[in-house]
Amino acid sequence: MMKQKTNVTAFLVLALSLFLGVATADEIATLRHGTPIDSESDPAAIPQVFDGDIKTKRNYPMQPPLIPHDTRDYDVNLQANKCMSCHARRRTEESQAPMISVTHYMDREGNFLAEISPRRYFCNQCHVNQTMTREVLENDFQDMDELIEERAAKSKDD
Amino acid sequence: MTVSRREFMKANAIAAAAGVAGVSVPAMASNVITGEDLTRLVWNKAPCRFCGVGCSVNVATLDGKVVATHGDIKSPVNKGINCVKGYFLSKIMYGKDRLQTPLLRKRDGQYHKEGDFTPVSWDEAFDVMAEKFKAALKAKGPTSVGMFGSGQWTAMEGYAAVKLMKAGFRSNNIEPNARHCMASAVGGFMRTFGIDEPMGCYDDIEATDAFVLWGSNMAEMHPILWTRVTDRRLSASHVQVAVLSTFRHRCFDLADIDIVFTPQTDLAILNYIANYIISNGKVNFDFVNKHTNFRRGDTDIGYGLRDEDPRQKAAANPNSGGSKPMTFDEFAKFVSDYDEDSVSKLSGVPVDRLRALAELYADPDRKVVSFWTMGFNQHTRGVWCNNLIYNIHLLTGKISTPGNSPFSLTGQPSACGTAREVGTFCHRLPADMVVANEKHRAIAEKIWRLPAGTIVGKPGFHAVLQNRKLKDGDINAYWVQCNNNMQAAANINEEAFPGYRNPDNFIVVSDPYPTVTAEAADLVLPTAMWIEKEGVYGNAERRTQSWYQMIEPPGESRSDMWQVIEFSKRFTTDEVWPKELLDASPDYRGKTLYEVLFTNGHANRYPLSEISPDHSNNESQYFGYYVQKSLFEEYAEFGRGKAHDLAPYEVYHQTRGLRWPVVDGKETLWRFKEGFDPYAKPGSDWDFYGKPDGKAIIFALPYEPAAESPDDEYDLWLSTGRVLEHWHSGSMTRRVPELQRAMPDALVYVHPDDASERGLRRGDAVKIVSRRGEVRTRIETRGRNRPPKGLIFMPWFDASRLVNKVTLDATDPLSKQTDYKKCAVKMVKG
Repeated sequence: MMKQKTNVTAFLVLALSLFLGVATADEIATLRHGTPIDSESDPAAIPQVFDGDIKTKRNYPMQPPLIPHDTRDYDVNLQANKCMSCHARRRTEESQAPMISVTHYMDREGNFLAEISPRRYFCNQCHVNQTMTREVLENDFQDMDELIEERAAKSKDD
Repeated sequence: MTVSRREFMKANAIAAAAGVAGVSVPAMASNVITGEDLTRLVWNKAPCRFCGVGCSVNVATLDGKVVATHGDIKSPVNKGINCVKGYFLSKIMYGKDRLQTPLLRKRDGQYHKEGDFTPVSWDEAFDVMAEKFKAALKAKGPTSVGMFGSGQWTAMEGYAAVKLMKAGFRSNNIEPNARHCMASAVGGFMRTFGIDEPMGCYDDIEATDAFVLWGSNMAEMHPILWTRVTDRRLSASHVQVAVLSTFRHRCFDLADIDIVFTPQTDLAILNYIANYIISNGKVNFDFVNKHTNFRRGDTDIGYGLRDEDPRQKAAANPNSGGSKPMTFDEFAKFVSDYDEDSVSKLSGVPVDRLRALAELYADPDRKVVSFWTMGFNQHTRGVWCNNLIYNIHLLTGKISTPGNSPFSLTGQPSACGTAREVGTFCHRLPADMVVANEKHRAIAEKIWRLPAGTIVGKPGFHAVLQNRKLKDGDINAYWVQCNNNMQAAANINEEAFPGYRNPDNFIVVSDPYPTVTAEAADLVLPTAMWIEKEGVYGNAERRTQSWYQMIEPPGESRSDMWQVIEFSKRFTTDEVWPKELLDASPDYRGKTLYEVLFTNGHANRYPLSEISPDHSNNESQYFGYYVQKSLFEEYAEFGRGKAHDLAPYEVYHQTRGLRWPVVDGKETLWRFKEGFDPYAKPGSDWDFYGKPDGKAIIFALPYEPAAESPDDEYDLWLSTGRVLEHWHSGSMTRRVPELQRAMPDALVYVHPDDASERGLRRGDAVKIVSRRGEVRTRIETRGRNRPPKGLIFMPWFDASRLVNKVTLDATDPLSKQTDYKKCAVKMVKG
């Protein structure tokens, strides 16, 4: 019960500091959620990995897609690449998983290879899972579509 | 909410039809906007903001905002790809909690050490700050002020800061956070070769037959170089990869030879390999006789702790880097103690793996690249580790040729460019020169148009010592820029935190975000970052890269460069220089430091008209001259003609960077090798010209134990480190929701047996306790890092779980770099 209360407090402090934008009190380090530097807070439980298999919109076309499922015990090593057992071109009909991008068949010089380029072999250097943590700060990044629509609306007004 | 595909299509058809029905603007007639004027993005190149690999990225802006970034296809470094951090660069500027105005601790309308942070104007901020710096300088002189900067400063920002501190305030107390990162590598280069930075380059990767990783988790910390290593290993089946570490990590997924060794025994393994090469007759005597000398280094040199620490008192030769000449035979005898049985026993590595590893180096037909990062550098014998790996490459002549490369990787984007080449260390000047050398000081004073004797010859306080001196009240005015040292420094409980909060001290922190360090400060200055300014970074392969300002910084934010130069206006020479200096050079009387350092006719010699017509340049527009180019060209004078040659400034805007020395417009890929390096004398074949006789040094240095090892009470080794998803302390990447969700908390990685023996399970809350403090987190027993029994690993990116409350501030006595990889802790439920 005690722990739960602390977590709720931490959450409220977080929400409040986000609302204010810039805190003006003593504990300004947003990522410490109000805990003074010389104190320790209850560590939140390890959050679960999102496994809902729902795609999220990319922030821009070149962004590597996030992994919408759990990948625990997926081996990618000298012997095997578990990811490719669904995402390789020849496996996608069976798996209905998206095929890896065509860029992934290109070598450093831009030549197309018959298999995934070895430089793209370790999928997890670009593609990451998403946990369901609650400790996420807000970000004001604006999607280009939003900006273009603003532009279009403006040009309509002019 | 879930919408079936059929429902989605139906809804979309209606929307499209409505769009057509209400058609008035052609671009909106479709659900796809196609008007070129509306959708065209402006693209510019920039080096990535994060690690020392130095990938080039293309940045798209639209209406003054960054809307996309991707890997630059034209860059030889990354050829169109990025790691996950690099792909999310677009979002690092836009954290909602970006600082907008200076914040000063105030009570009752006045500055107060215990006051609350209150928004103030830049004028008020600099008034109070100047008053505190002047008071410190007046009361105790130049050693009472200090600055802690960064390998993430642009080269010109670091250069401006060096000028302000070393010439303006006449204080050598300026350090970069690269002291935590690269100092042992620098020490190794200077000691073995007499000149800093790698001789090889990334082209070695595609040319080699074997990779050996010594304490370097490249898969996470240098991901794009890892893609090149992976590409080479999987493309050419004869290539071998050996990975050495104190715990298993992602690089082991590519390892042909995997080696987990007991902490600190890398020293013994290195000497074993030298012994193997000699005893198996694999020494390249032709190379060794012509190009090397042998020396025996001083031993028992202490642990860089406070002088009163018993371990320091017990050392026979504390802090000594001394050495004496020896013969090859004496060297061979020295390393003969490191036989396979005793080293196997000491290190815990099976004999067959030691042999397989040694054979990679010994085989004359195999080219080898050695990579190392913090495993070697953050080590109480870090300089020794660097010396010992060079021994192996020198004994076999596997150096400075394509594919043969002992390669020290850098952590930060400009650890080489700014920290090392500019010389933002307490003992250094640009181009490998040092303050202790009178001739070097004279060169700097001449280029800086300063009176002789302006620069002080005694080195200042290094990074770790600065925190101790803050605690002791010897440094009283302190400026931190572009780093997060309250999270990054070791042993913050006993040194940094009491130092910053010492009532005698005034602490200023410049940062884009309210970090832990900002919270520990008295004045926080909102700072422009990355492409909100123009700059230059230098990466790990000596590649210098530049970028233009692309967007405006938010609110009242100003770049570190602007802050340093503007602050210099508030001081006159009469206030900060001694009478004798001004009596000898009366022309300098009554001038501001701004006039003396930044507008003396030389440091501001390129006009505003030369800035790019297509880009903003806030600093130049404010000060009225092309600040970045003027400072870059002045800085470049230090190295031109001295094997540190940089190209003209504009060239860097036109290229994807060039590797110095750049001579006659040509970059240098392999230094010290005739035919590749124009500075290697004709007929020399190899020329290690950093040393007066052109010969590199092979050092006899022993295994010595760590500063603190596990015992009955503190029964586990603790290693700290980084993660793929976050850059260093996470002040940028933890504001990117996708990266934060990917790696939300710093967990402690534990062997399942170590957990169960303590009655713990995955996910349990634990305290990690050392003699210095404790940190609370959760246990991970099956994550990406798999420690052996007896060792735990916890990353330091997490501001809410500060592992540096626990670590020990022991340093390499030569490089003064902290060992973050070894201290003794216990782990309990709670």
